[in-house]
Amino acid sequence: MATERLAIIATKGTLDMAYPPLILASVAASLGVETAIFFTFYGLNIIHKEKVKQLKLAPVGNPAMPMIFPDSVKQTPVVGQIADVMESIFPGPPQVMGVIPGMTDFMTSMMKKRLKEKGVASIEELLELCKEADVKLIPCQMTMDLFGYKKEDLIDGLEPPAGATGFFNYVLAADKPMIIFV
Amino acid sequence: MAIVTPDKTLDTSGLNCPLPVLKTKRALEELQPGQILEVISTDPGSKADIPAFCQRTGHELVEMVEEGGKYIYYIRKKG
Repeated sequence: MATERLAIIATKGTLDMAYPPLILASVAASLGVETAIFFTFYGLNIIHKEKVKQLKLAPVGNPAMPMIFPDSVKQTPVVGQIADVMESIFPGPPQVMGVIPGMTDFMTSMMKKRLKEKGVASIEELLELCKEADVKLIPCQMTMDLFGYKKEDLIDGLEPPAGATGFFNYVLAADKPMIIFV
Repeated sequence: MAIVTPDKTLDTSGLNCPLPVLKTKRALEELQPGQILEVISTDPGSKADIPAFCQRTGHELVEMVEEGGKYIYYIRKKG
């Protein structure tokens, strides 16, 4: 049987951008595709022991972000009514709100709450599911050096750090190589 | 009503993409070939995802029932 190999390149370190590579990889692996994720630049934060707990949602520079509150907030008296009014006035959080101290943390906690209420797995859970499904998690050596991350700063169960050449060599060794850039 | 009798039931109610598919895969690993897994889901996306999972992995989707906001699948493990 022809070998199929999927490699996903994760370059972003925000909460929203950590989801797609992990979801796609865990599903592809469960469909029997050999799957790897190459974590480079800010994507390294997804596999960083401490930083993975602090992934945030950026209200600035993210005009597509909708103004939505978790159902539990909307069902709270008064606060819920304010939330409803805000949702009806603003299509998304006004960009200027991003400069308010604590706004990024607030948006992040609202999103985390909503993800949980909607039954979406957490990033930590998805990392475990990826490992269980034999997804290869490959940190990028160059950006590890760039940010001063040591191997012990990163979570357990990773492949040895690799460079661009090693990465391409691995992917292109398959009969059907696929690469997704996130 | 179920036409087939499941050997095992997996309830993924409340869970969203990709958890129903990942849990289905894991549950099937615990069954013998030919046995039937019943999967209950509330995720509308599962209507497309579970059949795609079966098509790709070779397990047989015997029956698919939609009732009261729940999607119920009967999957026979490939032999």
